Amino acid sequence: MTVRVVLPGHLRTLAKTGKEVELDVAAPVTQRNVLDALEASYPMLKGTIRDHATKQRRPLVRFFACQKDLSHESPDALLPDEVASGKEAYFVVGAMAGG
Amino acid sequence: MSGVRLLVGTKKGAFILTSDERRQQWDVSEPHFPGFEMYHLKGSPVDPNRIYASQTSSWFGQVMQRSDDGGKTWEVIGNEFNYVGDPGTHQWYDGTQHPWQFSRVWHLEPSYQDRDTVYAGVEDAALFKSTDGGQTWTELPGLREVSGPMWQPGAGGMCLHTILLDPANPDRIIVAISAAGAFRSDDGGETWRAICHGLKSEWELPDPVAEVGHCVHNLAMHPSKPDTIFMQKHWDVMRTDNGGELWTEISGNLPSDFGFPIVVNSNDPETVYVVPILSDHYHYPPEGKLRVYRSRTGGNEWEALTEGLPQENCYVNILRDAMAVDALDSCGVYFGTTGGQVYASSDSGDTWNAIVRDLPGVLSVEVQTL
Repeated sequence: MTVRVVLPGHLRTLAKTGKEVELDVAAPVTQRNVLDALEASYPMLKGTIRDHATKQRRPLVRFFACQKDLSHESPDALLPDEVASGKEAYFVVGAMAGG
Repeated sequence: MSGVRLLVGTKKGAFILTSDERRQQWDVSEPHFPGFEMYHLKGSPVDPNRIYASQTSSWFGQVMQRSDDGGKTWEVIGNEFNYVGDPGTHQWYDGTQHPWQFSRVWHLEPSYQDRDTVYAGVEDAALFKSTDGGQTWTELPGLREVSGPMWQPGAGGMCLHTILLDPANPDRIIVAISAAGAFRSDDGGETWRAICHGLKSEWELPDPVAEVGHCVHNLAMHPSKPDTIFMQKHWDVMRTDNGGELWTEISGNLPSDFGFPIVVNSNDPETVYVVPILSDHYHYPPEGKLRVYRSRTGGNEWEALTEGLPQENCYVNILRDAMAVDALDSCGVYFGTTGGQVYASSDSGDTWNAIVRDLPGVLSVEVQTL
């Protein structure tokens, strides 16, 4: 499965990549597997989205897809078919905490 | 000697400022790691092209960076900082116990002997060591065994912010923690003891002379006199001449003995610099005048250094890691402000110029004499 992941600006800078990356993700396409694939392709992102050891989402990071907030979903729940098929992107987002 | 290189960490990126040995004309780099809080950058005394940097973000956590070409290019290195065992709890601001939790690296101190060995002081307070160029980090847990549950955070968090290494004795390590105190190891970091005798914290601690809990803001040491250490405490400027066995106050005629950084002139171990701040509440200079104070007598007798510094309407702060000295003669002294100015003196503090005025708030300044 080719999954499209959109990264926030800070992580694009860190990973030296563009706004969107494409990842080969083995089924089942869950948030855990997508993030595992992301960190495998971009090891400099380890620890920036999830805790190294517990794999828990960092408090000020959120996950969106298909106009829904998936931040509090189980990391092992299946992502929507539109994400698994690459039709829709999976968004890693820095929580809004600006002005 | 061909010049100096300033490594400036700010709230929104790092900047590298370079000059020849005259230190009059400066090149200011584009931002490195733009948008990130750069708590500290420091070069290896063994290999000046080896620079370590702490890149942090409340959103995306701790990232560590390393350069092997003097800051031209960078690579991400290890960012796993795991406490040894269950770190337990420390005091919270209200005196209750609070879980120990890693949040960021405040200070990096590369070894005098080996470019791949570097120490990291972190929040919540602990000391980590890497011997592989920062790829992996191991805690030196003996430090937390010195009354760790009695330590408490300062306003900036419970951070290990100062690491002093003795260039002639790699087994001697001295660290400072807000608000826990100063600590010394004489066996390379295996075992530690508090070195707070002589410190008094009448307004901060129920026992003003407690073994731990003192809010030490910064320490400075001249490499030729490792037993003489100068301290800027929350209140009080102090010195010891026996490696911390006993501290004596040297605030003398300072207009305020509150402040953050303290540095020692590279050419004279008895010439010391501080930047007095009005109080822990105000966090800006007395009378709106930015004045560095210099003592040529190891403390007690201080003179204001004002030429080239704003003497009205100045309400910036100078953070604990934002002052440094080069190794040239005459000694260069540098500091950055929370207002984004970086000031330099190439004549031991007699006169000052702003190298740059409009950076993001400055968190740290280090100097490399090349």
